[in-house]
Amino acid sequence: MNLTPPRPSGPRPNVPVILDGEEVMAFDGESILDLARRLGTPIPTLCYLDGLSVHGGCRLCVVEVNGDSRLPLACATPVTSEMEIRTDTSSLRDHRRRVVELLFAEGNHVCASCVSSGACELQDLAADSNVDHIHYALEFPRIDVDASHPKYVLDRERCVLCTRCVRVCDEVEGAHVWDIAQRGNRSTLVAELGKPWGEASSCTWCGKCVLVCPTGALSFKGRSTGEMRHDPDIVAFLASARDEGEWIDREEPSP
Amino acid sequence: MAGPIDLDHVTSLEREARSRYSHRALVCSSTACLSAGASGVRATLESDLEASDRSGDVQVVASGCPGLCSRGPLVRVESRGREPTLYEHVDETAASTIAQQHLIEDQDRAEVSVIEPSLPFYAKQVKVVLRNAGLIDPDRLEDYVAAGGYRALSTALRTMTPAQVIDEVDASGLRGRGGAGYPTARKWRLLHDAVADPGQPKYVIANGDEGDPGAYMDRTIMDSDPHRVLEGLSLAAYATGASKGYLYVRAEYPLAIERLERAIRSAKRAKLLGRNVLGSDFALDVEIRVGAGAFVCGEETALMASIEGRRGLPELRPPYPTERGLWQQPTMINNVETLANIPAIIGDGAAAFAAIGTPESRGTKVFALAGSLENTGLIEVPMGISLREIVFDMGGGIPDGRTFKAAQTGGPSGGCIPERFLDSPVDYEHLQELGSMMGSGGLVVMDDSVSMPEVARFYMEFCRDESCGKCAPCRVGTVKMFDFLDRICRGDGRPRDLWHLESLCKTVRATSLCGLGQSAPNPVFSTLDHFREEYVELLREESLAAPAPDGVVDRGSLPTWGDDA
Amino acid sequence: MTDTTDAGRSTGASPVPDRPRLRMATAWLGGCSGCHMSFLDLDEWLFDLADRADIVFGPLADIKEFPADVDLTLVEGAVTNTDNLELAQAIRANTRVVVSFGDCAVTGNITALRNGMGAPDAMLQRVYVEHPDLAGVLPTEVVPELLPTAQPLHELITVDVYLPGCPPSAQRIRTALIALLDAMAAGEPLPRQWRAPEDLTFGN
Repeated sequence: MNLTPPRPSGPRPNVPVILDGEEVMAFDGESILDLARRLGTPIPTLCYLDGLSVHGGCRLCVVEVNGDSRLPLACATPVTSEMEIRTDTSSLRDHRRRVVELLFAEGNHVCASCVSSGACELQDLAADSNVDHIHYALEFPRIDVDASHPKYVLDRERCVLCTRCVRVCDEVEGAHVWDIAQRGNRSTLVAELGKPWGEASSCTWCGKCVLVCPTGALSFKGRSTGEMRHDPDIVAFLASARDEGEWIDREEPSP
Repeated sequence: MAGPIDLDHVTSLEREARSRYSHRALVCSSTACLSAGASGVRATLESDLEASDRSGDVQVVASGCPGLCSRGPLVRVESRGREPTLYEHVDETAASTIAQQHLIEDQDRAEVSVIEPSLPFYAKQVKVVLRNAGLIDPDRLEDYVAAGGYRALSTALRTMTPAQVIDEVDASGLRGRGGAGYPTARKWRLLHDAVADPGQPKYVIANGDEGDPGAYMDRTIMDSDPHRVLEGLSLAAYATGASKGYLYVRAEYPLAIERLERAIRSAKRAKLLGRNVLGSDFALDVEIRVGAGAFVCGEETALMASIEGRRGLPELRPPYPTERGLWQQPTMINNVETLANIPAIIGDGAAAFAAIGTPESRGTKVFALAGSLENTGLIEVPMGISLREIVFDMGGGIPDGRTFKAAQTGGPSGGCIPERFLDSPVDYEHLQELGSMMGSGGLVVMDDSVSMPEVARFYMEFCRDESCGKCAPCRVGTVKMFDFLDRICRGDGRPRDLWHLESLCKTVRATSLCGLGQSAPNPVFSTLDHFREEYVELLREESLAAPAPDGVVDRGSLPTWGDDA
Repeated sequence: MTDTTDAGRSTGASPVPDRPRLRMATAWLGGCSGCHMSFLDLDEWLFDLADRADIVFGPLADIKEFPADVDLTLVEGAVTNTDNLELAQAIRANTRVVVSFGDCAVTGNITALRNGMGAPDAMLQRVYVEHPDLAGVLPTEVVPELLPTAQPLHELITVDVYLPGCPPSAQRIRTALIALLDAMAAGEPLPRQWRAPEDLTFGN
């Protein structure tokens, strides 16, 4: 298992690195991704999550490094002295865009009917990588929703197999409810070796998996109309506004 | 328990025993001949001899594979004072004839079809790895010892330091036979220099998870000469300071597993494995781990995960296995064929080995010849031999009046080599230049009736089915590349599909996590390089596009976002 | 819409010479018409649009046959039945720039949710036969035959510009149309990667 690269050590960054043409200083042992984020250079990620082990499956954080014919992962590659890193070349953009499109093609990412629309990392990735349509034939998989858990729902058609839930459950909660079963394009998220989630006795109902899911695959039950807000005070406001002729901006309740 | 085996004593006993027989009949009992009926052949020989008064005079042996599988079952008869005879297509009737005429009546040859030693299939071979294959009983340690086996290990343990063993391997120029051609000694040195955690062993692993379609080199090495693999593994362990070894063999090779198990048992009994090997301080414990049928487990990190009992998924490198491998300890993985070369290198000396082959690619390579050829089977050839010699001399050319079109090497990670490169030498560098690779040694010859896009589709289907699913580009990319290829092969492909196929190939190659995904597009690239016109012929008109009326929209050029990836 | 345009003409407002009037169409395939609603949300900007383009076909103009020589067509909806397919092909054959308009056209979206259910029969059964308020029979007349799957527009015809959103906001539609009309009127080639200045996002 690959653990997160060691936290930066030492009081100040002392490793000279060239990031997108600029000379910058990195901490010893810092990953390219940590460095870029510290300096405000965006590198897209999907499976990576601060605090979890590095998975390296989404491949979106690939960067170019001088002298390396392959494309190292920013999340898994520690900086070395004099490293010359490019995070945003046209070929990297092409690769990332294609990978995002592949993820869209694989599942049923129907934003219009998804609880996470507007709060979805895949949706953001599509916007950031200029995906305005999917060049690859969509798979339209049909996988039943697992709504057996009293608090949460799993819709595997929206799963991008980033394994954040698997890792957070294992590494942080210590319950290890989740795993990936099958292989290749048949890979699927399963609770307790294939039980309905509601019957998985190891689940502690902590909800961490739902909180870290980048898409709408894992969601809280009853929130699919998240935009729904009751505002019964509006009547009193309207009455007084009409009487007094004052239509002052009124703060709406937060969702 | 007795002391360690006395190799010379066993050898002389074995020679003496053999000298009592006037004939030794070796019935190939490797996978191909067994499925062609070799068991019945052997039973017929035995029962016919039993019925005669000569049974004490003839030794019938279930041997390993002599190579020319397409003419099996093969029976080799060694008769005292004569050149050996290799009978082909031996069914039970022919077996009776051989028993009667050759073995019982002692005629020079039975009236059964024979393969002459001058046949180029054999005459052009140079046997290092396969030198015992077909000549010994793989189930008998004594056969291996009598053929010179375990001498290299004995010599190394008595007279060489581990560093000297590595130097010898280095001097031989041996490179990994699993496909990539990484210098073996360099890998060994990394493990030699690596330090395990206190109380933990270092590991050596023989990779027998041969999975390329049509390839069976490692299977044959394992089921025809299992002790050679064990000796190679022992030498690797000794040279690198490893004390635990694994043989990772795919479950689809039950015969190899059975013979390796038997070999391990007899080697342990003879103190060739375990503690104090051959009376020295060297200790090596060896276990077999059976793969569960996933191609990706041939990849080193996935293989180790599988041995540990986890899902066979590749992991990010670094750390490399020699830094942190099996159970976080330094580990080295060598292909079975690589290891099978070691006893010869240590036994005969690096110079003898390095004299074979080309300066960059020393030694021999075992190929599984398959496809449209007169002779198919297993061959071991010196590196640098031309493809033409393999195909037309050894393979006997293309049957049925057809002509050669391409040779596929490297399996799903490799590529197709067209006719105009037939004279290229077969070695790591040249194959790579041609857009293919050495690979583990599958060599499939295709005639002019074969559609190259369909070949690419075949290999892509394989990769799609074998993708582990961990990384997105391989998991979904192989599905989509297959879809494009399938559409093109069905005649529904449009020019844009070809464009998308190529751009997707580039992305999958550049961004996949492990070698499976990175090399999955190779068959597409190589068939496009050499046979692009076949793809173009299959494309139909871009019917989706109304002709671009006035250049407002450049529909002729295919979609956007750069052509540079 | 066409009335407004004609009215504009009759009052003598002539197109600027270097900005010739363009022939524009909209089409409604397998979708909910929400994209057209969003289009109508352009409100008074529709007058500006009418100054520059004639709407020659679409739900907003009562014309039966897709006309020839159209400059720009916004196509809403997935291609889900035989009528959709025929219209899409007619659009492509007669349009210079085809815009995939909204998520159903771009990805299949809601219309394509049926694809995972297998053959269309299953859905028809559910909708027409099992529905308590209907007669319990499959319609045989008027309703066009469903295609095996609902597909994004670009799977069936070549699309030049993608305008995602469910629906695309009026603001996004306006930004896109201005950029397109300007480029077309000026005879400039469209950028190969056409993008509205704002983010193009699925869903919202």
